[in-house]
Amino acid sequence: MANYSANQFKNGLKIMLDGDPCTMTDVEFVKPGKGQAFTRVKMRNLITGRTWEKTFKSNESAEGADVMDRDMEYLYCDGEMWHFMEPATFEQFAADKNAVGDAHQWLKEQDRSMITLWNGNPISVTPPNFVELAVTETDPGVKGDTAQGGSKPATLSTGAVVRVPLFIEEGDILKIDTRTGAYVSRA
Amino acid sequence: MMISQAWRPSAPIENLRRRAQILADIRRFFAERAVLEVETPALSHCAVSDPFIDSIEAAYAPFPGGPVQSLYLQSSPEYAMKRLLAAGSGAIYQLGRAYRNGESGGRHNPEFTMLEWYRPDFDDRALMDEVEALVCSVLGLPPIRRVTYRALFVDQLGLDPLTAPLAELKARARTALDVTMDDDDRDSWLNLLMSHLIEPALAGQGAVFVHEFPASQAALARLRTGEDGTSVAARFELFVEGMELANGYHELTDATEQARRLQADQQNRAALELPQRPLEQRLVGALAAGLPDCAGVALGVDRLVMLALQTTSINDVIAFPFDLA
Repeated sequence: MANYSANQFKNGLKIMLDGDPCTMTDVEFVKPGKGQAFTRVKMRNLITGRTWEKTFKSNESAEGADVMDRDMEYLYCDGEMWHFMEPATFEQFAADKNAVGDAHQWLKEQDRSMITLWNGNPISVTPPNFVELAVTETDPGVKGDTAQGGSKPATLSTGAVVRVPLFIEEGDILKIDTRTGAYVSRA
Repeated sequence: MMISQAWRPSAPIENLRRRAQILADIRRFFAERAVLEVETPALSHCAVSDPFIDSIEAAYAPFPGGPVQSLYLQSSPEYAMKRLLAAGSGAIYQLGRAYRNGESGGRHNPEFTMLEWYRPDFDDRALMDEVEALVCSVLGLPPIRRVTYRALFVDQLGLDPLTAPLAELKARARTALDVTMDDDDRDSWLNLLMSHLIEPALAGQGAVFVHEFPASQAALARLRTGEDGTSVAARFELFVEGMELANGYHELTDATEQARRLQADQQNRAALELPQRPLEQRLVGALAAGLPDCAGVALGVDRLVMLALQTTSINDVIAFPFDLA
């Protein structure tokens, strides 16, 4: 992979640090009127999720990480691994529990997710911002309830449990914001 | 059809009105004090010697396709203004563009507006008074506190920047920051501590003048004996809400020492594998002919407008910053 010098750093650049791929989430140029320039970077370790700040001198460099984001279709889970396919090439990738993390509760067959690959292996799975999932279990609503009238838990086809308005019934298809896990509307 | 929004300025028009008002206030401030407005070239045959300021190179040709001569966009009007002072201009100011290669970020734009002025018969302390008068009138601030560089480090970090061993400076930086640099230059570490630990700590403290810099960070300031008897640079910086706003000196007038500092910068550039650029020997000539005893200061006008508008991004006060220029 290419080497990047500190003055080429920008948001989203992926580099290797202590053997792990890391992404830059915020890059700040720090330069006193007299004196050396520094680049202060908010880093996120793509394996552990750890975030921290690191400072580079402008003549320091870092090795790029072979990390890429690809849109893939979710196929199925075999109980241990989650399987995805790149629709253009039909190439398949299997992601383990660490890579999938909390995303598993929003994965529906044939939906597209963003898979982050490092050296060709999935290291994280980002579901779409919004997904549509069916309600498989919820207490019956009370007649006359309105959207303003409080909430109750509902279990979705993926196993996720979300708070929904009282008028939601089993079999309804709901739109969910996966970033917050919040109910948005009936689909 | 999607219409691209890339033509739009990044600064709201009302911010640009405030900017124009501040520029008018600055000119009135100096008119009332009988300081002469001057204009010096943006393009020069020589470039700043400071190893940590990179000049933008321009290609001049006497006719299209003709032999190219390198000129340099000026990183500050300092050299040319000192030539005017030596020629008897008296007190002068300049409100214009300065250019610095590679400097782009939340508080930096590669071309920016600099206010620079010189006052014969002022020293650094008298000039701090005048900077205070200008900045307080624009920003509506109370009187500005002054602290020596040394006292600031002792207060904020509990370490003495003049006497602490290098290992202690490194250790202090490394306990607070993730840094991989391993430099044996004290000033590198002091700059790191200043910009990463002290400046953020000054953010909630309004305006403060830091003065009496270490002699090793004199730049073009003369040296003198400081409040505590050590040799210090007659240099000050103004920080407002943790942002560096102005840098001033009781100016070096000794031509021999000036020539020595230019050469020393050139040697540092060579050691750091930075480009060697023509040194401004006419500055040495001006000092040899007689630069009046004077103090001078440069102030970042974009940052002054940022502070007036309480914004943290320089893009909010420049119509078309680097990316949109």
